[in-house]
Amino acid sequence: MRSEASWPLRIAALAGLLFLHLPILLIFLYAFTTDERTFTFPPPGLTTQWFAVAWNRADIWPPLMLSLQVALFSTLLALVLGTLVAAAMSGARFFGRDQLSLLIVLPIALPGVITGIALRSAIPMLHLNFGWQTIVLGHATFCIVIVYNNAVARFRRLSGGILEASADLGANAFQTFRYILLPNLGTALLAGGMLAFALSFDEVIVTTFTAGTGAASKTLPIWMLDELIRPRQRPVTNVVAMVVFATTFLPILLAYYLTREGSETAGSGK
Amino acid sequence: MSPAVEFRAVSRHFGPVKAVDAVDLTIAEGAFFAMLGPSGSGKTTCLRLISGFEQPSYGQIRIFGEDVSAVPPHLRNVNTVFQDYALFPHMNVRDNVAYGLMVKGMGRAARHAKAEAMLDLVKLDGYGGRKPAQLSGGQRQRVALARALVGEPRVLLLDEPLGALDLKLREAMQDELKSLQRRLGITFVFVTHDQGEALSMADSLAVFHNGKIAQIGTPSQIYTQPATRFVADFVGSSNLLPPALTASLGGPPKWSSLRPEALHLAQSAAPGPALTGTVQGQRYLGLGTRVTLAVQGTEIAAFLPAGTQVPPEGAPITLTFAPAALHVIDAE
Repeated sequence: MRSEASWPLRIAALAGLLFLHLPILLIFLYAFTTDERTFTFPPPGLTTQWFAVAWNRADIWPPLMLSLQVALFSTLLALVLGTLVAAAMSGARFFGRDQLSLLIVLPIALPGVITGIALRSAIPMLHLNFGWQTIVLGHATFCIVIVYNNAVARFRRLSGGILEASADLGANAFQTFRYILLPNLGTALLAGGMLAFALSFDEVIVTTFTAGTGAASKTLPIWMLDELIRPRQRPVTNVVAMVVFATTFLPILLAYYLTREGSETAGSGK
Repeated sequence: MSPAVEFRAVSRHFGPVKAVDAVDLTIAEGAFFAMLGPSGSGKTTCLRLISGFEQPSYGQIRIFGEDVSAVPPHLRNVNTVFQDYALFPHMNVRDNVAYGLMVKGMGRAARHAKAEAMLDLVKLDGYGGRKPAQLSGGQRQRVALARALVGEPRVLLLDEPLGALDLKLREAMQDELKSLQRRLGITFVFVTHDQGEALSMADSLAVFHNGKIAQIGTPSQIYTQPATRFVADFVGSSNLLPPALTASLGGPPKWSSLRPEALHLAQSAAPGPALTGTVQGQRYLGLGTRVTLAVQGTEIAAFLPAGTQVPPEGAPITLTFAPAALHVIDAE
């Protein structure tokens, strides 16, 4: 049965959608404006020159590369650790399991400042210098959770029988992992990995606390924040914002489609 | 020649629960052996002890004379047909069947040929390219069977193999499993809670109760000479007569069992022991009528073949039986 929403509710929903998405459209619009100092509406004219300007600006490339590098490494770290934790948690039954599971996902619910301050004081205790590696560590705290959540859901749907069946047929642990577990876990890991990558790529708060000083520790989102204060060539920031949008939104979209499919439990069914 | 499977005082404890408790068991090579029992009786744990997914807490398991305590599941020459079949959902039927050969390093062409031959054997030729999700329950069962048999195990374990099938399919598969086992000569060990299935398929069976084996024997031994009250009751729902009633029928003062179909409506001057009571209820079953009556406070069921004039409810009834049909249970 389909029920019709009342008119006020529809208007409220529409207003909510506009409120969420209009600013994003405005960002795209101002990437094409001819006015480089202020964001006046409507734009006095439209141009594509800022794409060329952004391309040629030398100060954009190091933050972009750093952000990609950090996102890549924190995603890899999260994929390994998150999958291992998920495998351990789904195979085990013990007292306090639910509480432990909550502890594992807690970092994603903690405010970024808390994680940031905690890491800021913990990292020197390990005699590590702040740099891109420490940003990776900071981002891994929440990336692990994303991968864990995806992997643990898939483990739950995988019937334990198929792992036993593989061993029963003569496969050793590595072969079972390679031929049975990985193909069934693959899309979940890919989805988790892409979400983690997107999260890491545009993270600001934890990054500010775990980054070192100096240009070599400036990620793309932080570069954008700095750039907003400068009065000239403002549309360049919008061009970069569009790039960030594309590199984060596309993986999220793909992740959504990957996890939506294959909802039937692997290995069950009589 | 050493037996296919041998349990020597094997126990498997889960904390305080004795799932399997000091079981001695010998399964001859080439046998079709059933482990029968209600859920929680330890039969499935015994099967997992043979496949290696459980380790005995005490005792020793030998497969063809070899102590397998230190042998992990993947190195045992034993394959399992799992209760939920556990087919690999991401592989087609051919790759499912060929999996055991693939992990042992057999080439693609050779293993696919063997898989197709095995699919032929279970009457699934032409289904190799399908995914398990595209098959019916009975077909999945055959795939699981083919997958377990392709590696030529010396012992095949079947965990409630017919449990998920409907009645008609189940009866057809019973015959097929039986003939398959005869043709291949492999030792089959299967677990079931269905006594009819165990009696009709197995050469010999073990009845499990509370982690122990209550009785081992051929189907007819188990059926006609139950060793314990539990076996008498679980297999074929026999009448259990308390010691006093047994004595009044000319037996020793011990518990005894009397099969419902061993009872006959008394002719006017029939000799031998007789049970007299009033008819309490009757149920028409096609092949005959199941009549219940009360004798000295004990409810007795009798199966009277079709054509018998069954007295109405409340009427007196006298039933006779051959003295040999009264089986005295010696064990407590």
